[in-house]
Amino acid sequence: MTEATAKPGDATALARLRTAARALARRLSVDGRTGVIALPYAWLFVFFFVPFVIVAKISLAQMVLQRPPYTAFLLWPDGQTWPTIQVFWSNYAWLLQDPLYWIAYLNSLKIALVSTVLCLLVGYPIAYGIARTPATVRTLLLLMVILPFWTSFLLRVYAWIGILKQKGLINAALMSLGIIDQPLDMLHNDFSVYVGIVYSYLPFMILPLYATLEKLDVSLLEAAEDLGARPIRAFFTVTVPLSLPGILAGSMLVFIPAVGEFVIPSLLGGPDTLMIGKILWNEFFSNRDWPVASAVTIVLILVLVIPIVILQRQQVKAQEALE
Amino acid sequence: MDRTPTPSEDRTSRTRTPQVGARGAPVRPRDPAPEPWEDPNAQPYVRIEGVTKRFGEFTAVDNTELSIYQGELFCLLGASGCGKTTLLRMLAGFERPTSGRILIDGQDVTDQAPYARPVNMMFQSYALFPHMSVEQNVAYGLKQDRVGKDEIRRRVHQLLDLVQLDPWAKRKPHQLSGGQRQRVALARALVKRPKLLLLDEPLAALDKKLREQTQFELMNIQDEVGVTFVVVTHDQEEAMTLSTRMAVMDRGRVQQVGTPTEVYEFPRTRFTADFIGSINMFEGTVQEVHDGRVRVAADRVPCGLEVDSAVRVRDGQRVWFSVRPEKLRVRPDDGGELAATNALRGTVRDVAYMGDTSIFRIDCGPGELVEALQPNVFRSRKREIDWDDPVIVEWSTEAGLVLTE
Repeated sequence: MTEATAKPGDATALARLRTAARALARRLSVDGRTGVIALPYAWLFVFFFVPFVIVAKISLAQMVLQRPPYTAFLLWPDGQTWPTIQVFWSNYAWLLQDPLYWIAYLNSLKIALVSTVLCLLVGYPIAYGIARTPATVRTLLLLMVILPFWTSFLLRVYAWIGILKQKGLINAALMSLGIIDQPLDMLHNDFSVYVGIVYSYLPFMILPLYATLEKLDVSLLEAAEDLGARPIRAFFTVTVPLSLPGILAGSMLVFIPAVGEFVIPSLLGGPDTLMIGKILWNEFFSNRDWPVASAVTIVLILVLVIPIVILQRQQVKAQEALE
Repeated sequence: MDRTPTPSEDRTSRTRTPQVGARGAPVRPRDPAPEPWEDPNAQPYVRIEGVTKRFGEFTAVDNTELSIYQGELFCLLGASGCGKTTLLRMLAGFERPTSGRILIDGQDVTDQAPYARPVNMMFQSYALFPHMSVEQNVAYGLKQDRVGKDEIRRRVHQLLDLVQLDPWAKRKPHQLSGGQRQRVALARALVKRPKLLLLDEPLAALDKKLREQTQFELMNIQDEVGVTFVVVTHDQEEAMTLSTRMAVMDRGRVQQVGTPTEVYEFPRTRFTADFIGSINMFEGTVQEVHDGRVRVAADRVPCGLEVDSAVRVRDGQRVWFSVRPEKLRVRPDDGGELAATNALRGTVRDVAYMGDTSIFRIDCGPGELVEALQPNVFRSRKREIDWDDPVIVEWSTEAGLVLTE
């Protein structure tokens, strides 16, 4: 019942309730600010922490042919008040024993690292160019950077098959121009995976880079030039160090999802493109080995947490520098 | 063209001779040698020859000619948008003139890139590199020239010593106060020993007290390093205190070049007269020119105006008679006879008490407000002249000035 339709008697009851709630909040020292901060924490708790705990729990079980396809974490034998915890470390041991996983992890890291560097090399000039154009054109250019998001990611990756395949657009164009006789092998290898990742993640590199470069005071570059630095030196001694936060943020935004990337390697990659995302998918859906799949996930998260922590510390440092 | 003569005896000279001696040393006697801009044989250090700069349709700097001599502290003074900053940026090399030439020390630098010029600039925003310490900021210019490490350290500390910032060498710019940042910027611009130092509104970001103090520091430093300074400012007081000579600019053109005294006491145009300090102007017609004395009949005030002037005017010419507020004398109206010329009866409309002086706005006829500045000579709680008092305003024949442009 809303306050407007409440009878006078209800109104006093409502007021009394409100006073009580306020008193409770005061006793718990909950104020408006705490409430605002609590919201993202609650979100992270429900959608990150709880699933993480569930996955961690499954990773400590063993595969069984039943529903769900893993052993229980807590056992309740008859006549016992407290449950027994049942933990198997065998999944992690398995990850260590089978070189497949190690190779897949390392390969994923390698592909993600190279892709990040490529994104940086391609994205930096684009972001720099956008930041230096007149404000009217800038909005249009930024719109064009995010425009691909209006089409499904999956469709765009599929489109690359049409571009890169044996009788695809590039090969057809090069052959008809007489530049090559034989079609180039560009699909289903590491090359096409790099193309796919760089293409898909480039906006995530450009946007944070643009944000820092746009704020860069042009008079700093003029000062550098005035003090005798040629433009290229001014770029490396002033622009690059000052855009470091953008470089870092963009690299994290590309590197982290690229490590766990599954769609691009499975669509554009070859049979020998080993990436941990693909392994994970196989463990989960082909082998139906949920515990090993969960263990793979937990290790992946740990591998990714390290760069995130580095970023966090960097940002804290940058924040301190500003204060 | 009509030209006001320059009585050299009342011009205070200050090239390489600051009135306040460096580091509180006693004031040195005046340089007996003629000032370079008066010496026909002196070679200008910086020549700006017919320089024009257009941005699309807009002409920022219009066919400007300037000569700046070695050791000068030259001010470009004007309101915002008058082209002074564009002119400075052309000296630094950030803008290329649409036409004309710029020569520094006899060398044509018109098409030289900023990094190749023997010129350094102190930016209005200071443009200190935020990711470098004070020391690194100052060393930056020397590093670009591949100066040896020990030499860099020696010169950086020499400069930081000069601007009294040595204890802050390891700090980052954001850890410094505004005044300290300003001095880092100055040290950074001076460390390469440029032939010419450009300063874009060097004191604009400082508060009043600090600005006054820094003005003198800047003069002392210039005196010590002997570098030619070109300062852009919109603050006429700053230009008056700092400069050996200044150029008053308006809408891309140089209106007048001269020492502060010349520009203040002998403005050539109404714009300059009005821009530098305050001035009372009466429009009128020349009645008589006799023996260097000009008589003007004012249109709107009921008195004859008489002035000793060498400005060439003829009878019947329209002129503007001008007189600065501090050259007027205000006394209570005793009801006595008024002098035939250079005296007005009026009523006080406004009194602004400034402590050392008082400014009176006196109504001397319909719509004719005369401003007068009087030193407060006596200590008194009660004002001798107050609101709505009838007063007489007088001035001598040497006080006024006839403007024709």
